[in-house]
Amino acid sequence: MGQRSLRILIIDENAVRAAILEEGLRVASSEEGGAVEVHYIRDMANVLPRIAAVDPDVILIDLENPSRDTLEQMFQVSRLARRPIAMFVDKSDSEAVQAAIDAGVSAYVVDGLRKERVRSILDVTISRFHAFDRLQNELQQAKSALEDRKIIDQAKAILMRQRGCTEDDAHVLLRRTAMNQNRKIADLARSLVAAAALLTEGGQ
Amino acid sequence: MNDAVIAAFVPLVDCAVLVAAREQGFAAAEGIDLQLVKEPSWASLRDHLCLGHVDCAHALAPLPVALTLGVGHVRVDCVAPFVLGRGGNAVTLSARLVRELRTVAADALAGPAEAGRALAAVVRTRTAPLTLGMTFPFSNHNFDLRYWLAFAGIHPDRDVRLVAIPPPLMVDSLRAGLVDGFCVGEPWNSLAVAQGLGCIVATQAQLFPHAAEKVLAMRAAFAANEDVVGRLLRALDAAAAWADDAAHHAALAAQLARPDYLGVAASVIETILGGHQPLGPHAHVRDPDFLYFHRRAANQPSAANGMWIYAQMVRWGQLAPSETSQRLAAEVFRPDLYRRSLPSVRLEVPTFVPFDRIAFSAADVRAYVRQFPLHTPFTEFQAL
Repeated sequence: MGQRSLRILIIDENAVRAAILEEGLRVASSEEGGAVEVHYIRDMANVLPRIAAVDPDVILIDLENPSRDTLEQMFQVSRLARRPIAMFVDKSDSEAVQAAIDAGVSAYVVDGLRKERVRSILDVTISRFHAFDRLQNELQQAKSALEDRKIIDQAKAILMRQRGCTEDDAHVLLRRTAMNQNRKIADLARSLVAAAALLTEGGQ
Repeated sequence: MNDAVIAAFVPLVDCAVLVAAREQGFAAAEGIDLQLVKEPSWASLRDHLCLGHVDCAHALAPLPVALTLGVGHVRVDCVAPFVLGRGGNAVTLSARLVRELRTVAADALAGPAEAGRALAAVVRTRTAPLTLGMTFPFSNHNFDLRYWLAFAGIHPDRDVRLVAIPPPLMVDSLRAGLVDGFCVGEPWNSLAVAQGLGCIVATQAQLFPHAAEKVLAMRAAFAANEDVVGRLLRALDAAAAWADDAAHHAALAAQLARPDYLGVAASVIETILGGHQPLGPHAHVRDPDFLYFHRRAANQPSAANGMWIYAQMVRWGQLAPSETSQRLAAEVFRPDLYRRSLPSVRLEVPTFVPFDRIAFSAADVRAYVRQFPLHTPFTEFQAL
């Protein structure tokens, strides 16, 4: 008889983060050679029977998820054969718990699961949550870089129109003024565009 | 340089003392930079408190007791040196359920006893059990609701289904029909009433007058910082006196209404502070002691607070009865820390009569618990 594979349940309203985590857990388990089943629940409707159907060894959930109060109370009164408990039960691993909280992860683990196993799942989860945050930050940065370039182009167009100068001259003027005022070019461009909009509206 | 103290809170009217301490400058006057962190759930607040991400918290009074006893969680020694608010909870039932109650009893909305008896009559005729919301297993909302149901002969674990829902999600759960009623702190009852979703049928002030609802909870290790804790308690004392004064209710309501605190209309909060919010279309609360922050020795914790919570935990099977647990629960509340920080305060704690005239007896908790016909026995299985 083969050993029952380890069942991990991800509860996350963010489907992208859940997908990143799911993939990470599968890769890690195939490297370790242990059999793992990863299940995913996105919405909380009728959640207890769905959890019972999966019968998970580990539940991973976003720390900020407001449904945690509901889940914990359900675990407490439920007649589930194996009751998941908050992972803080083992104090000896407080470093891992700290790292998890910092990353915004909370985990519920059924009793009797080997500590090293929990630890490795937790490590993957933490690194994937961080990876998701980085991805979001990069996306945010790319977005704002694009916006900066747009606004600088607008400011240059205004300068070229008003001063009758070339694009290169307009760029030099912007850069020098920004340097003298100790501001970012994009910030200067933003106030220039705003001021121009005000003046045009006032003049019309 | 001011000492930074970080306090977690859940958006409820009774976080007022912490908000006033920060916004009215009472904390700064004691050399404390009080930073407030809003939490989405009690589980999240507990985790941040236990791991030292915050120094202290606006906590359900039973929360530091459960942590100290290691019920439902790993044991973390906590203390409660200051009571942040007395009362303020209420039981709200859906408009539809209230109609049923009034069909079986014309006086169903006359008070907690009448409402309870009418609810019991409705429960007996139903095939599917009612679902009622409360905030957390270790909360006065859970204990208030259970006490009131059991008074009416409704067994909270057999005759109805109780679910925990974070306070800000309570009104939406009622609207969506996920619950038939709930017990929660304000402003969430008043908001349900204002939106025509339900009626308030009992208040905590009626069920348990002078109940210690929220406390300032901290890890025992943090309480060892005598100087900082002393100044913090003095700041909270001044803030509580300010918040309790009806002349300041409009200003306090405006602060609490801000999106970074409650994000609820100031007018609703102000009527709650005055204790005259609507119960439903039929009446108003009309109780100046519905929720209070300072008067009647409100801020002074007592061992009896801990023993009352111990009694409820034992009655509903969360805890095995034991002398040690009872002593530990009593010792969570620290009148000594309160008095050390506020030595000039000498207050006589008044006595009150609850709606069922059964006074809590700290002298004999076992007899107190045994007198009630309905219990849930403790089993290892339930102990976590």
